[in-house]
Amino acid sequence: MTPGKDQLIWMYDKMVEARYYEDSLAAIYMEGKTPKFDIGSGPVPGEMHLAAGQEPCAAGVCVHLRADDTVTATHRPHHAAIAKGVDLNRMTAEIFGKKTGLAGGRGGHMHLLDPAVNFACSGIIAQGTGPAVGAALAARLQGRDSVAVSYVGDGAANQGAFHEALNLAALWKLGVVFVIEDNAWGISVPKAKSTAVRDNAVRAAAYGIPGVHVADNDTLEVFKAAGEAVARARRGDGPTLIEIETYRYYGHFQGDPELYRPAGEVAALKAKDPIDRLTKHMLESGAATRADLDAVAAKARQRVDAAIKFARDSDYPAPEEALEHVFA
Amino acid sequence: MKSNRELTVSRAMAEAIAQEMRTDPSVFVMGEDIGTYGGIFGATAGLLDEFGEERVRDTPISETGFIGAAVGAAMAGMRPIAELMFVDFYGVCMDSISNLAAKNIYFSGGNCKVPMVLMTATGGGYNDAGQHSQALHATFAHLPGLKVVAPSNAYDAKGLMISAIRDDSPVIYMFHKGLQGLAWMNWPQSAAAIVPEDAYAIPFGEAKVLREGRDVTIVAISMMVHRAMEAAEALAADGIDAEVIDLRTLVPLDRKTVVESVRKTGRLVVVDEDYSSYGLTAEVIASVVETDISLLKAAPRRVAYPDIPIPYSRPMEDFALPNADKIGAAVRQTLGKAA
Ligand SMILES: Cc1ncc(C[n+]2csc(CCOP(=O)(O)OP(=O)(O)O)c2C)c(N)n1
Repeated sequence: MTPGKDQLIWMYDKMVEARYYEDSLAAIYMEGKTPKFDIGSGPVPGEMHLAAGQEPCAAGVCVHLRADDTVTATHRPHHAAIAKGVDLNRMTAEIFGKKTGLAGGRGGHMHLLDPAVNFACSGIIAQGTGPAVGAALAARLQGRDSVAVSYVGDGAANQGAFHEALNLAALWKLGVVFVIEDNAWGISVPKAKSTAVRDNAVRAAAYGIPGVHVADNDTLEVFKAAGEAVARARRGDGPTLIEIETYRYYGHFQGDPELYRPAGEVAALKAKDPIDRLTKHMLESGAATRADLDAVAAKARQRVDAAIKFARDSDYPAPEEALEHVFA
Repeated sequence: MKSNRELTVSRAMAEAIAQEMRTDPSVFVMGEDIGTYGGIFGATAGLLDEFGEERVRDTPISETGFIGAAVGAAMAGMRPIAELMFVDFYGVCMDSISNLAAKNIYFSGGNCKVPMVLMTATGGGYNDAGQHSQALHATFAHLPGLKVVAPSNAYDAKGLMISAIRDDSPVIYMFHKGLQGLAWMNWPQSAAAIVPEDAYAIPFGEAKVLREGRDVTIVAISMMVHRAMEAAEALAADGIDAEVIDLRTLVPLDRKTVVESVRKTGRLVVVDEDYSSYGLTAEVIASVVETDISLLKAAPRRVAYPDIPIPYSRPMEDFALPNADKIGAAVRQTLGKAA
């Protein structure tokens, strides 16, 4: 399975958008927090987990999805949210804690929830796996062919909820694609100190479902693996587990001193950046010209700048609004 | 050797653990990022260097597994200290806590011990939203079989940790992120304290009267002790003399100190960062009312978190958090004065 020209452009677009979004947020997050890092100050509240480097996991999977498909993402959700089509203005306003945000500022960066495109994420590790199974079950019961994608980190693959969800989805042959974003770290703990299994995709065997390992953050390989998994899910043939070796350029959270990380790791990863590699492929294969790509990238950056402006210009909620929406 | 070192709460916790590890080979620590990182909130800083990976174990993100393992190790003669990084994550491992740790002594008819400590970070005020900011004192205190402690300062943090490690029952040690003395979070300087170098144990079930007063009793725990003290200072400027009690432990709960204080003041305000309904505030008020309702000259008041998930946006979280002004207003109400 290879992407067509439109799909390549779409993936490039989403990857550039997500990267520029993350780099912009990274800088904005530090406003008011320097010279002394103080988590409670500046324009962006709370913790901030950035996914720069992990864009292939988002674009290469979501390119196969429709608005009626479901995505449950992790505490590192922006790239997936962007690729799933979450409203960028409202998402950004939510991250800034503004009234115009998806939840009016109640949920924030780790709890983006957009029912319009069936996107949710969570700050509790592996928590999205169950709801993805539920979304696929609902689709089955309602006679729809929508599928669900559940993102987890490599660390999350050691969580009980992940295994229970895999078993349920396999047992009931539900249309779920479990995607492990293996960035090699769970905060400061390397994958090698978290599991005796080198490749989490082999865990699929325990549930009798296909397990696919994608090496080295390769967008085209992600496209292929996800395309097959989504098609299988849509046909009613059941779940797939995909593990993608991916890259985390920033610390676990912004402000993370990263004392655990070997010097030079990030530079080595950046030397094989997935956006650069996709660009090269598109130019060499004739899928796009440099001018095409520049135009796409310029528009993506405009959307991000506009969303950030929207978020900054929006008002904070009135304090008492905290009391609303506890129940439906 | 005389010493008057001032320590932060996180340093006091790490020192307590290190001292017990030195004297008792059955003590070990496990949890996520407690090794190289030293604990996200600094409670295990330096331990890996001194004790090595066998006794200071980074775990996978598998709370049900490693907290269950702490129960098993404790029953097999060890004294594990496990860290649940944020108390909000209790949902993934509550079975290990409530149905194993809390019940096995009972199920053995008293024939076994479960000497484990589960330490966990509580509290908000830094805009981390609904899955990383809860206090949840009552959730644990409600379950029979668990001792629950929540220090407000470094001196108590060390002494209560040492008691927790030496205790033969499971102890939930709830420390507030905002009291740890971390460089990246604002914290009240009053949380740091002079901490003796020698190991010392603070018995559970003994509240501390931090400030004596005639007019009203303010009962608080953890971060709210500092808010209560701020309120008491402000009230003093208006001629209102508040007594402030730091509970320090929730299970066992020192009802006697509270009742004696109310016997003197006749008025009671209870402050908690946990949700208002069904919580610590109700429990403390019930302790007084059940003892002798005539001790109260006015209806007691509670100042606690509203029954809502913790909001993310700063103005909303500030609005919801208990603070000195709200405590002061509640005190004035008990005195029949306009807030
Ligand atoms: C149940 C639970 N345990 C622990 C945490 C704290 N925590 C947040 S992110 C994280 C590491 C996650 O690693 P991984 O799943 O590999 O995702 P990554 O951060 O690498 O994207 C941990 C331990 C949590 N949020 N939820």
